[in-house]
Amino acid sequence: MPIIKIPTPLRPHTEGRRELELEGKTAGEVLDALCALYPVFREHFYEENGELRKFVNIILDESHIKDLQGLDTPLAEGDTLRILASISGG
Amino acid sequence: MTTLNDQEFMRYSRHLLIPEVGLEGQLKLKESSALVIGTGGLGSPVALYLAAAGIGRIGLVDYDVVDSSNLQRQIIHSEETLGKLKVDSARARMLGLNPFIQVDAYNEPFTAENAMSIATGYDIIIDGTDNFPTRYLSNDVAVFLGIPNVYGSIYQFDGQASVFDAKNGPCYRCLFPSPPPPHLVPSCAEGGVLGVLPGTIGSIQATEAIKMLLGIGSSLAGRLLLYNALDMSFDYVNLKKNPKCPVCGENPTITELIDYEEFCGVPGHHADELPTEWDISALELKDILANSNPLLLDVREAHERNISNIPGSKNIPFGELASRLSELDTAQEIVIFCRTGNRSLYALEMLLGAGFRKLKNLEGGINAWASDVNPMLPIY
Ligand SMILES: [Zn+2]
Repeated sequence: MPIIKIPTPLRPHTEGRRELELEGKTAGEVLDALCALYPVFREHFYEENGELRKFVNIILDESHIKDLQGLDTPLAEGDTLRILASISGG
Repeated sequence: MTTLNDQEFMRYSRHLLIPEVGLEGQLKLKESSALVIGTGGLGSPVALYLAAAGIGRIGLVDYDVVDSSNLQRQIIHSEETLGKLKVDSARARMLGLNPFIQVDAYNEPFTAENAMSIATGYDIIIDGTDNFPTRYLSNDVAVFLGIPNVYGSIYQFDGQASVFDAKNGPCYRCLFPSPPPPHLVPSCAEGGVLGVLPGTIGSIQATEAIKMLLGIGSSLAGRLLLYNALDMSFDYVNLKKNPKCPVCGENPTITELIDYEEFCGVPGHHADELPTEWDISALELKDILANSNPLLLDVREAHERNISNIPGSKNIPFGELASRLSELDTAQEIVIFCRTGNRSLYALEMLLGAGFRKLKNLEGGINAWASDVNPMLPIY
């Protein structure tokens, strides 16, 4: 199953878990599985029309999924998705 | 013509020995200028290393004074400069390290009103600010002036760095077109930061700035570095210029500086600009507790309750609040508190949105309670 890495600032929403193994054949399906597990992400991540909000960056390996096939980007067994958090501390 | 004096030849000897720098490179550094926004955790190592490297003119922008809670990471300041202006404290330390440079101090917040006049004339901007509005402002100023913006930011054990050089690649807005809602991502003042982390990220920013000024090596332009100190991992994300970027894209919609605090939905400089109609002071809370029995809701993280606590309070960390609303009763009076009153205000806004009305926010948080009501508690 693909793995999704949770960035530190969002870990309070995942009971502190750093990464999760979730069912899904595409980036969108894995995000759906995450939202099913932690519904708080549904409203944080998606616009009402189902598109990802602009501040949500999902990375596969070293590429942004918007530079691949977006939410339809296919995932292979063992692929790692990463949610990129914007942080502002200095 | 720029030259080095005898003392400078000696001082920069280890640079002069590197073929990629040499005398030509050192003279380039002496002729160049860099603007450092913020003299905090990131700004400290950035300003020190740029000064030591012999960047001819370094600008510093900050409006704060040195506080003892800064010294865990802001190593340009010291016990001796507590209470002094940060820009003056930093400037004195830099000139102590290298008297052969010029340091221009701007003791003011970096705002849409003054940013272009401050930044014009500098070769590069180094973004060491601690809030989203100033990060978008620094980015846009760099895009408009056509100069690189060396980005770094930190949170707890995580660091990010990149070079946003819109003439040749993506800018900050290409990656982050809009900031996250303020309640989703806590700041370092709320979530904390490992003291040495800005040393790592700030040193990377200084490295990138020096390389850009020298014109050597391959920079982080087009790549975002993700550092995690706990895992000691360095990962990269490839970044592309967004043709639809509102500021550096093909048809930009932002062509002059905007209202950045409105854009980010948060105040950039002063937390006291937040609404105050729900606030009560620590002394008012003391009176309320003498006469009634409201729920005291502590939205800090559980481990912070080992530092200080108000007996009888209920703990729901802010990050868990949205999923634990069912534990609260809209009919009950609720007084929300955190460390200093920021997280609790976001919690209050969230509860208002969920239909709660009998709410108060402890102004100044448990630290105000410690200072005004219970002096046995530490202030942190
Ligand atoms: Zn851009």
